[in-house]
Amino acid sequence: MKLTEKEVRHVATLARLQLTQEEEATFGGQLSQILDFISALNELDTTNVEPMSHALDITNVYRDDAEDGKFPADSWRANAPSQDFGHLRVPKIIEG
Amino acid sequence: MNDICHMTLHELMAAMDKGEVTSAEAVEAYLGRIGRIDPELNSYVTVDAEGARKAAEEADKRRANGEKAPLLGAPMAIKDLMATRGLRTTCGSKILENFVPPYDSFAVKKLKEAGAVILGKTNMDEFAMGSSNETSHFGPVKNPWNMDKIPGGSSGGSAAAVAADLCAAALGSDTGGSIRQPASLCGIVGLKPTYGRVSRFGLVAFASSLDQIGPMTKDVRDAALLTGIISGHDPMDSTCAEEPVGDYLSGLEEGVEGMTVGVPDEYFIEGMDPEVESKVRAAIEILEKKGAIIKRISLPHTKYAVPTYYVIAPAEASSNLARYDGVKYGYRNMDADGLFPMYVSTRNKGFGSEVKRRIMLGTYALSAGYYDAYYLKALKARKLIKRDFQKAFENVSVIVAPTSPAPAFGLGEKVDDPLKMYLSDIFTISANLAGIPGVSVPCGMTKGGEPIGLQILGSYFQEASTLKAARALEKEIGFTSEKPGIGIQTG
Repeated sequence: MKLTEKEVRHVATLARLQLTQEEEATFGGQLSQILDFISALNELDTTNVEPMSHALDITNVYRDDAEDGKFPADSWRANAPSQDFGHLRVPKIIEG
Repeated sequence: MNDICHMTLHELMAAMDKGEVTSAEAVEAYLGRIGRIDPELNSYVTVDAEGARKAAEEADKRRANGEKAPLLGAPMAIKDLMATRGLRTTCGSKILENFVPPYDSFAVKKLKEAGAVILGKTNMDEFAMGSSNETSHFGPVKNPWNMDKIPGGSSGGSAAAVAADLCAAALGSDTGGSIRQPASLCGIVGLKPTYGRVSRFGLVAFASSLDQIGPMTKDVRDAALLTGIISGHDPMDSTCAEEPVGDYLSGLEEGVEGMTVGVPDEYFIEGMDPEVESKVRAAIEILEKKGAIIKRISLPHTKYAVPTYYVIAPAEASSNLARYDGVKYGYRNMDADGLFPMYVSTRNKGFGSEVKRRIMLGTYALSAGYYDAYYLKALKARKLIKRDFQKAFENVSVIVAPTSPAPAFGLGEKVDDPLKMYLSDIFTISANLAGIPGVSVPCGMTKGGEPIGLQILGSYFQEASTLKAARALEKEIGFTSEKPGIGIQTG
């Protein structure tokens, strides 16, 4: 399994990462090597084996969609990189 | 009183109960020692001297008023990925360098309710991704036994701080061995509880189906004490178990007479360090001498654990770490023009290489056309690994195996070879995939003076049996009196 530079760039875009050329080259090689290692899983016969996404048998837990007042918005906004008028500020989203 | 820092947590609590030492004295002793030793060791990211002094004073007042609490005045350290109200929580990353949580994680809240004093936050691999503590944005931690070696990871700061007597005990977290492997390499005790035993509320998420918080301590009794305190159901974590919390202390001294102990063939492999193998084998003989029934067992899918993990953990991480986008909290690249450039440049500058590598790997495994081949396949392999353990536990109470295939390796030795680094966790990862508990305890030293650990794995919610077996070994091997050999014994 050899990842091409184009594939590395595509995955980086999906992951919202902007890699330098150097990183692209290093990661391409390293990821290919790791994927080769992972391909050992293909030796396993997994016919009729149920996929396991959790260690315990758990089901969804629900609660009422009600305010509990434990976490006032101010306390969260204190960590925002940029804010104004009680809102988070982000760069312009719509061009024009 | 010179030896406050060298006491175990339960010894210190007993001394406080008897009025021999106050929390304020203990905190001063630890702060002084941190000031002398930690500039080189680098086990803490943040030391909260002011907060600790205040909390200690409060604890001493409460004690004077006749109040009782199991950790009243105990100076502890917390791995820097558990939210601490008003105290920055970096997760070893630049992207959270200035993040100050407005709430306490469940485990920290439990410790505080029990009276503990938080000395500070310990260093760790960035986002808990690493086996050597070298991926931290705040620089590598060193091994207190040998400053040229790594302490293990990702809870390397907690392990080093406990081993160097820079706190009475610490909390860590374990996704693929991150409590047990550094505990083993630093010569301390570390327990990863059953998945769901301790709430993950307020734990910065790495791989949500694998992450588990646990104690890192100077002896087995301390681990049992802390496990009882931080466990329990929490409605804030939907994956937290409702299973009642066990009594981990009362049966601790019962010994291993009649206990069936499994020794898996697959955990004694070619290429492992011969000194590690011989010390672990010697410990198994001790258990047998103490009345345990030793059984050779097989966990046939062991060799698939690392490849399975390196699909599942990065896949979950790539999804969990999508939240770091420079909008709500954390670092933002202020120079970027436009939203998309802001996202990508924030993430590129905010994350280190190993985190980016794993996000890439996970994104690839989940991307269109590869999901079935990688992610679904790994989930099925995970089931086979779990079945191995379920079958084994039909015949044995606990399983004993080495924690790490080798003692601590050199700083810088594996940083350029991710795959080699990943294989450091070859013996610890299976327990996370299956979700079972495991405790690492020291079982000797190499000729070069580095600690060797072994792990005792138990079935679901059988923490008490693993601790009991660990205690039986601890008593015979008597490692708790050994202290790091870096000229820091006094004061």
